Amino acid sequence: MIIYSLTFYLFSTVAIFSALMVISAKNPVHSVLFLILSFVNAAGLFVLLGAEFLAMILVVVYVGAVAVLFLFVVMMLDINFVKLREGFLQYLPFGLLLGIVLIIELGILFLTKNFPDTSSFKEDYFSNFSNVENTKLIGSVLYTKYFFLFQVSGIILLVAMIGSITLTLRNKDRSKKQVISEQNTIKASKSIIKKQINLGEGI
Amino acid sequence: MLYDYILQLLIIVAQIMAVIAPVLISVAFLVYAERKILALIQLRKGPNVVGPFGLLQSFADALKLITKENILPSGSNKIVFLLAPIITMVLSLAAWAVIPFAPGWVISDINVGIMYLFAISSLGVYGIIMAGWASNSKYPFLGALRSAAQMVSYEVSIGFVIITVLLCVGSLNLTKIVEAQQTVWFAIPLLPMFIIFFISALAETNRLPFDLPEDESTLVAGFFTEYSSASFVLFFLAEYASMILMSAMTVILFLGGWLPLFDIYPLNIIPGVIWFTIKIMFVLFLFIWVRGTFPRYRYDQLMRLGWKVFLPLSLFWVVITAGFLVTFDIVPN
Repeated sequence: MIIYSLTFYLFSTVAIFSALMVISAKNPVHSVLFLILSFVNAAGLFVLLGAEFLAMILVVVYVGAVAVLFLFVVMMLDINFVKLREGFLQYLPFGLLLGIVLIIELGILFLTKNFPDTSSFKEDYFSNFSNVENTKLIGSVLYTKYFFLFQVSGIILLVAMIGSITLTLRNKDRSKKQVISEQNTIKASKSIIKKQINLGEGI
Repeated sequence: MLYDYILQLLIIVAQIMAVIAPVLISVAFLVYAERKILALIQLRKGPNVVGPFGLLQSFADALKLITKENILPSGSNKIVFLLAPIITMVLSLAAWAVIPFAPGWVISDINVGIMYLFAISSLGVYGIIMAGWASNSKYPFLGALRSAAQMVSYEVSIGFVIITVLLCVGSLNLTKIVEAQQTVWFAIPLLPMFIIFFISALAETNRLPFDLPEDESTLVAGFFTEYSSASFVLFFLAEYASMILMSAMTVILFLGGWLPLFDIYPLNIIPGVIWFTIKIMFVLFLFIWVRGTFPRYRYDQLMRLGWKVFLPLSLFWVVITAGFLVTFDIVPN
């Protein structure tokens, strides 16, 4: 159990530290890298909870795909540190407001909802979890009990996808398209003409 | 109490060493094998001076590179610049923790083994992006951008290929995936998926014909243009280690892992590790053969192949496999 708590504190301190660095790092690329570190540590915490499938999905989806695109965009930015400072004061009130609202909401949640006693929670759930792989457990509820929510989230993603495609698909008639089958079936006789050119005449 | 922990720690370290040492040595010989096979394909002799048949060539090269000066470009972002090769190397070795070499021969036999491999290989792109960005130079940056787009696109089809295999196994555990191939290797019923996986593995490891991130004729040396000496060695080792890893994944998913070719007398007394190694070597030979045979893809062709050919095809095959399994009521578990 000592090792367990040690790893827990390691993962959680690194996660919190890197989350702080995300908002305080001067260079946006460093921020994204710290965000990735935070994700990986959150995945570590999931593993400690026995939710190994969620941990791996977190790494694959957020770290492997989403954060790559983040980094992709941030790397392309033309960073102006002076302008970033100006923005800080401008956005400070709004950021503070968001933070306060979040804290109040969390507080309301803590005050109104009774959390079950953690010791009984562990016994109840872990005895169920240890028998079946949690991949199977997730699968058995995701497509039955939460089927509707699952489909709705799928539709939301689809709408977002269509939206981003329509936003980026501009100048359709001006973009140059390649027809691969045409390129593959091209013959030498079609594209090369042999000509005998007399001296001083040209084609 | 403390003594127990230390003993356990020592056992784990010994296990890790027992996996990493052979992997690193095989990287050295893979480099040699690649140069030799390419030489034979191009009717040359290849390395033949250092040691018998030139066998020690890679060790000589490694020694030469490590003793050179490590140059830090003055405009670079130093920490990220040095972190990038380390991350790449660590990731390409960390994945070996879940690879089963023979029944029971695995450091960590976790339930989500294949997901772990997939997650680790999807992290591999960070080493390259970080290297390209931190170098603060044009060619590495272009190489990094290319590799980011390339690896993300091919991961999608690799994911679908893995799903097809998992549908036939009913578990994410690598040992169970191998055991499920007792009757027939998945390469036979899932042949198109095997081919897609192999080609995506080439793209995922930035190997020819998809080595655009380090395309020497347009990008000097791509993302590691600015790297020298030991940090270059780390990138180089990592590339070959992840090549071996991808071949190990191919073997586990499609070629029956440690299982013998046929379960008959002279073949089934050969230990599983040897079968596993032979199969990995076969896949690695394919990697090198492809390098010696095919010209490099153009970048837009690469993207087209990933998104417009492999993605629909693998998605279609997931549906077909699932439909087949349900129709004939042979869904595992």
